[in-house]
Order: sequence, then C-alpha cells, then structure tokens
Amino acid sequence: MAAAVSRRSPLASLLPLIAKRAASAVLTLFLVSMVVFAISALLPGDAAQESLGQSATPEQIAALRHEMGLDRPGYVRYAEWLTDMLSGDPGQSYVANQPVADIISQRLPNTLMLASVTAVLSVFAALAIGISSAINRGSRLDRALNIVTLSLVAIPEFLVATLGVLVFSVKLLLLPSIALVSEDATWSETLRSMALPVFSLGCIVVAQMARMIRAAVADQLDRSYVEMARLKGVPFSCIITFHVMPNALGPIINAVALSLSYLMGGALIVETIFNFPGLASLMVNAVTSRDIPLLQSCAMIFCATYLVLMLVADVVAILANPRLRA
Amino acid sequence: MSPAAKAASVDVRGLSVHAVRADGSSKAIVEDISFSLPPGEVLALIGESGSGKTTIALAMMGFSRFGGTISAEEIRVGDMRIDQMDEHALTGVRGHRIAYIAQSAAAAFNPSRPIMAQVIEPLLVHGQCSRKAAEAKAITLFRALALPEPETIGSRYPHQVSGGQLQRLMAAMALISDPELVILDEPTTALDVTTQVEVLRTFKSVIAQSGATAIYVSHDLAVVAQVADRIVVLKDGRMCEDGRAGQILEAPANGYTRALLSAARPAARPASQTAAENVLTVSGIHAGYGRVTDGVPAIPVLTNIDFTLKRGATLGVIGESGSGKSTLARVIAGLLPAARGEVRLEGERIAPRMEDRSREQLRRIQLVFQNADTALNPAQTVGQILARPLAFYHGIKGAQAHARVAELLDMIRLPASIMDRRSNELSGGQKQRVNLARAFAAQPDVLLCDEVTSALDTVVGAAILDLIDELRRELGITTVFISHDITTVRAFCDQMLVLYAGTPVELSTRETFAGAVRHPYTRLLVDSVPEMDPEWLAQRAAAERPALAVSPSSGPRSQPLCRFLARCPVAVAGTCDVLPPPVQETAGQRLMCHHTTAQLAAPAPLSEPVAP
Repeated sequence: MAAAVSRRSPLASLLPLIAKRAASAVLTLFLVSMVVFAISALLPGDAAQESLGQSATPEQIAALRHEMGLDRPGYVRYAEWLTDMLSGDPGQSYVANQPVADIISQRLPNTLMLASVTAVLSVFAALAIGISSAINRGSRLDRALNIVTLSLVAIPEFLVATLGVLVFSVKLLLLPSIALVSEDATWSETLRSMALPVFSLGCIVVAQMARMIRAAVADQLDRSYVEMARLKGVPFSCIITFHVMPNALGPIINAVALSLSYLMGGALIVETIFNFPGLASLMVNAVTSRDIPLLQSCAMIFCATYLVLMLVADVVAILANPRLRA
Repeated sequence: MSPAAKAASVDVRGLSVHAVRADGSSKAIVEDISFSLPPGEVLALIGESGSGKTTIALAMMGFSRFGGTISAEEIRVGDMRIDQMDEHALTGVRGHRIAYIAQSAAAAFNPSRPIMAQVIEPLLVHGQCSRKAAEAKAITLFRALALPEPETIGSRYPHQVSGGQLQRLMAAMALISDPELVILDEPTTALDVTTQVEVLRTFKSVIAQSGATAIYVSHDLAVVAQVADRIVVLKDGRMCEDGRAGQILEAPANGYTRALLSAARPAARPASQTAAENVLTVSGIHAGYGRVTDGVPAIPVLTNIDFTLKRGATLGVIGESGSGKSTLARVIAGLLPAARGEVRLEGERIAPRMEDRSREQLRRIQLVFQNADTALNPAQTVGQILARPLAFYHGIKGAQAHARVAELLDMIRLPASIMDRRSNELSGGQKQRVNLARAFAAQPDVLLCDEVTSALDTVVGAAILDLIDELRRELGITTVFISHDITTVRAFCDQMLVLYAGTPVELSTRETFAGAVRHPYTRLLVDSVPEMDPEWLAQRAAAERPALAVSPSSGPRSQPLCRFLARCPVAVAGTCDVLPPPVQETAGQRLMCHHTTAQLAAPAPLSEPVAP
C-alpha cells in the first residue's frame, strides 16, 4: 500500500486547490457586487431628490436625474459601474462632489489602523485565554475565563464602550473620551486616543475567538496522540506547542479570520461613540444622504476584506493539513 | 538495537485504580491486583472490555485516564518505585525506561507531523542522544522491523503508510529508547488477520532481541498464547487467575477462564435445513462508487459477484478490510445500486435502488448493521424502535404492536421491561439484540448480518451468534453473514464466499472449504488465524514471498488479471501476469485461479508452470 503512495511535489498538488479556492472567492465577489448594486438601487429616494430637498418640483428632479444618468436602465448602470470599479475608479460622490476614492483614502487608513491594532492585541489575548482554559478544562481558571468570555460576548459593545469612557475618562481622567485622530497628532496622542476604541472592539472579538480556540484545542487534547505523547514522556508544554497546535491551527485560523472580518465593518457603534473617523460611519452617512457610489464602494471594501480573510484562512488550513499538502 | 543489557523485573502488590464520578464519589476500576514478573519475560493481561486490563497496564507508567487515582502497596519496575514517584519523575521514566505501544497506531500518531520526528521524539525529549544519532538508530530499527524503504519511510506522514506498517513504526517509537519494560496494548487488534501474523512475528522477535520485559494486553487468547510466558486473567477489574501461559491455556482452574477459552473455539453448528427453492440469487454484480460508464463505476469495489442461496441457507462472506464485504450487503439491500448485474428474490428481479423497490421487497431483505450504537436512534425507546417496522411493514399498531414487541423481546431473550428504556441505557450485547429484533420484526426472507459481532466481546458475541443461528433455523431465514473472523464463519455458515479486492476468488461449501483444495488467498487467510497452540507462530513458516514481482501501481483493478497476483506465492510467470484467471467449477467449489484443483491441493508452492 505504502509503495503505491505517490510522491508528488507538494506545490504541484496544492496550486490547483488554492487556485480553485481563489477563483471561487473572485466569483463570490462578483455576485456580491450585483447584490450590493441591486440593494442600493432599492433604497427609497435617490441622490437627485436628496440634493434638491423637499421643495423641488418633479421636473427639476427628473432633469437632475437625467443629468446624473440615473434614468438609464439598471443593467447599463451596473455594467458601467463594474467597469469603472475594475479600472480602479469608484466614481464621483454625489453629495460631497469629490471623487469617492479621495473620501475613502482619508478614512481607510484610520479604519485599518484601528482594525490592525485591535487584531494584533486581541489575537494574542484570545490565544492566551483559549489555550490556558483548554488545558485547564474544568478547573477554576477555566470556569472563571468561561464566565468572563461569555459575559463579554453577551454584553453589547456600546455598554462596554460607555463603561470604559465612564471609568477611564470621566472618573480616572486617564484617557480621552473622543478619538481625535489627525495627521499631526504625536504617537503617544494617537495611542492614547485609540486605547478606548481598541479596548471596546477588542472585548467582543477576544471573547468570540477565545471560545472557539478553546474548543479547537480541547478537541485535539482528547485525541489519542496526545495521550501517546504523554506516555512518551514529552513535557506538557512541548505537547501543546509541537503536537496540539499544528493540528488545531486550521480551526483556529478560521475562528480568527471570522472574528477579524468583523473589525472592518462591525466597528460602527464604536466609531460613533468615540467619534472615530472610520469607514463604517462613512458608510452610514452615505446611506442617509443617498450617496450611492460611496455606499457601494464601502460595501465592496467590507465584502472584499471578508473574502480575503476567509481565503487566507482556507489556504492556511490547507497548508497545515499534510493530507492535503502532500 | 543494543544488546539485552537491562530488563526490569516487575512487582505489583495491592494495586487499585479509582475513578472519581461526577457527584464526587469514587468507583474502583480495578481492585487488589498483584502479580510479579521476572526480567525478560512477557506477561499477558487478558480480559474483555471493561475488565481493567489497559488501566493496569497504564498504571505501570503511573498514568491513569480521566483523572483516576492510582493506589498501591507497591508498583516496582526494576529499581524504580512507580507508586512513589511524582509527575515530574514519571515524565522522565515514560518513553525512556518504560515504553508504550498503543492499540490504534492510526490514532496514536500525530497526523500533522512526519513519522521520523515522532519516532525519535522519546530520545530527544529525554536528552539521550543527538538528532542525527537518533535518526540513524531509528533507521536501524525500521530495518529490524522489516519496514519497506527504511531510509525514507520516516519522512512520510502517518496517513501515507498502511495500518500494519504504522503499528510497526509505533514499535520502533517504543523500542528506540531501549526501555526496560515495554507495554503493548492490544497492538494487533486493529489489523487484518494476514497483517496481524506478520506484525506479531516481528514484535515477538524484536522484543526478544531487545531483552526487555513486556506486558501484553489483549482479549485474544490465541494471540496471547503466541507471545506470553505468564497470563493474568481479569474480569470486572479483579484477577481471576494468574499463572504460567501453558497452565492457563491447557488446564484453566477458573470457570471464567474456561468460558473465555470455549468462546474462542466455537463449535461447528449442524448444516442448515434448506428447502429446494432459491431465495436469493445474485448474478454478475458490479458495483462501486462514482460515475458509472458502461456498467463500470469510477471507483469499482465489487466485480462479478455470483451466488445463489436456498431458503434457510447461510453464506459467509470473508475477506480483509476493504475487500468489499460490506459493499456487497449494501448492494443486496439496495443502499448502493449495482452498476451491472442483478439481484433476484425467489426468481423475481428486484430494482437495484432501494427507492425503486416495493415495500414488500424491502421487508423481505433486512440488514443488521455492525454497530448497534449508531444504528439505533438514541432518542427512541426500545419499544418505539421495534414498533416502527411493525407499523411500516405489517400495519400493526396499538395494543397489538405492544404485544408483538413483547414477543420480539422474548425471542431475543430480553425482559419486556426493557421496552421503555432508551438504547443508550443498554449494554453492547443488549443493543445488538435489539438491533437484531428490529430486523426480525419485519419477518424477512433474507437477513444480511454485517460484522454483527465484531464490536462485541468474545463471550457476548458468541451468545449473539447462538441467537442468530437459532432464530434463522426456526424461521427458515436465508442469511448472508459478513465477517472478518474466519473461525466464526466456518462454524456458522454452509457456504463460504472469499472476496479479495472485490473479486470472488473462492466460493465453497463448508465441506469443501475444510478440504485441501483452496485458493492461494484462502490458504493465506486460513493459515493466518492464530491457534491456541503456543508453538503455532514459531511453526508457521514465514509468509511466502510473492512469486512474481508485480508493481502494485500497474493497477490490479484496471486489468482483468488476477487481483491477488501481486501477493500470490504461487503465481506463474507468463500465465498469471498475462491472462485473466479462469473460473473453475467442481462439486461444491468455485475457484478463480490458473492452477488446477489438484495443484491447489498441494501444500507446497508449485514449481511447474501450468499450460495456459
């Protein structure tokens, strides 16, 4: 049987698998673009109406609509929009009268910074909590961590944020209650103003990730190979690092990717509370002002981030599994 | 391997292991175990599941599963007092001075790491030598264990080698640190009988060479007879008998030991009373998985299966795992539609797909699954499980159904009170009885039993077999009995179908099967079944090498050549590797082989080529 095992080059067998996965991500993104376009067209009222206000006559609105090209059939506008998007031009904002790309380029770095700082901190925290509660299953530590993470999942983030403000800004006067992110702020100012948003966002993702990491690690700890390693006299810390983690990596990466995708688009409440100039609040503004090109671009950014994270998680899971790898 | 420098004697006195229940009370898993073992000898711990044999073996390493507590007056291995060591000291002993070989190598190897890294790990974590020296030592061991490609097999992952090879690799992992005591926990139970004998032989010789003391845990007396110097018989966590192997096997003093011995040697049952009419006819069945093109599935499993069974007859289907035994049951039951060929019930052709069969046809063929644990719905009571086929096939409901369920329970010797219990409250043997009763409730003409006793202990399994045998005779049911246990099938069935890689290499009546004429594969299978005689393994000649070097990649499945060619010790060049094997029919026997029946009867390998 073993003699029949073919030794293909690892890369050769992997590439088609990864290419297939990437292709399906691209296809999904295409379908998402249709949905985004269709849904934004369903919003009541349009930019013409919104910009002229209540007193405008139907004729004026119709004229502006014609000028903006809004009276053409949906599929024509979709095709045009898609070609523009593909060539890197998300169009002109109706409301601000400047290119969507400019508006987004002001906000995107803020969101990316918030997301990445939160991501790095929360992944480490979640790994520490998840692994330590998995290896101490049933102990007091596990139960305590369980209660903490469950509560954090259950508590809405606006409450965490508000409590944070109350304690650190109002009572202790340690941190600013509003995130003033500007280009000329110093490093320490930026860090201080980011602290509370990162904390509020981090709470909810850490709790989610820690619970899933705990489940993944605990599942592996029950396997026979762990008992075998103990009976080989392998110290417990080595069992976790060299035996359990390689096997738990796939599920862990998936859990992390799911939680992190939330950081991009789900930060709305935190952005609002701290007046943080990020993408999520920009998107909500775009909805209220019927700024369709801006709305569509934001939606596409969120969806693309989600798909990229999932793609990375899948590829890592493939690479971590020798059955798929070799 | 280093010479027999050190072997530890083992002394155990008053060993008990207690498990803590959820409510805080503790329950003894094993109690009052005492034995002693001189250096270099092999002690077998024998017993059924739940007898505590593994618990005792693990206690030798100061380890207990699920947080059980070990207490003993003394556990001494060589100069070490295991019972007085702390966890840190024990970690230094495990895998260094005491090594463990687990039951399922497939589960005990980490799927994500290459084999070599895992085999040399004991040496590295105990700082016994450098990585380079460890790898060299591993390769020497691979060679001693007769593993293929010893230089490179270590770079593979566990899923890339066969089960028998993995088991041997685990032996390498245990022996690499030159332990004083080796614990083998059912090391050959998960293997096919043909693989088991080879693994057993290698284990025996490398343990003898290393000179280590060994504790061998097993439920199989015949296997134990081959390796053990001393035997301890266990039941429900207590010792029944302790003595030299010869004494236990030949003159057991204890009643339970005698029961174990007799269950291991089933008495042949009288031939079935068969009526003249053919009930089940299977002709030219080809089946497999994937897309079917021209009657051949993408992944063929079964090819050209033919047999006819009269009312009340039994057919035993034997073969190694993966030979297509269960697939045959699934095809007859209609769970897997045949790609080609037909199944007839009393001469009437029935649809290949279960969905296309009438309810009456479904009723007449009943399948009993191997694993009653998963075949019975845990959310339903026994009464509900048995009432369902009554309502579905016979329209029996209400009080009438209740009475019939009670009748069925009586038939399978379970009290009627069990009706309100759920399946997870029953023991393994009781579950399998309910599983059987569910099939009998339909009043079938054909009963398909798929490894119905393989998940059960020997004694419990023997009782289930008695029950099936009695009921099928009483009710005149035609039975197809699928098993990897040749001893059971021989005692139980009128006809034997031997499958190799999905082809029927031999179909014989019980009488001809007992005779001298056998297909080479049947011979290999039958000769691989361990016998209670301690000399059996030593006397049994090493498996004959395949006569022809045929690379397995040339694909036995893609060509109509003999499937057994690559393993056949009597294959003839110019015939077997060129022409498909002819089917030879004599009275009571059908063989698929180039050799004539006279040649196949000869016990020695044939040297003269046969004319094509």
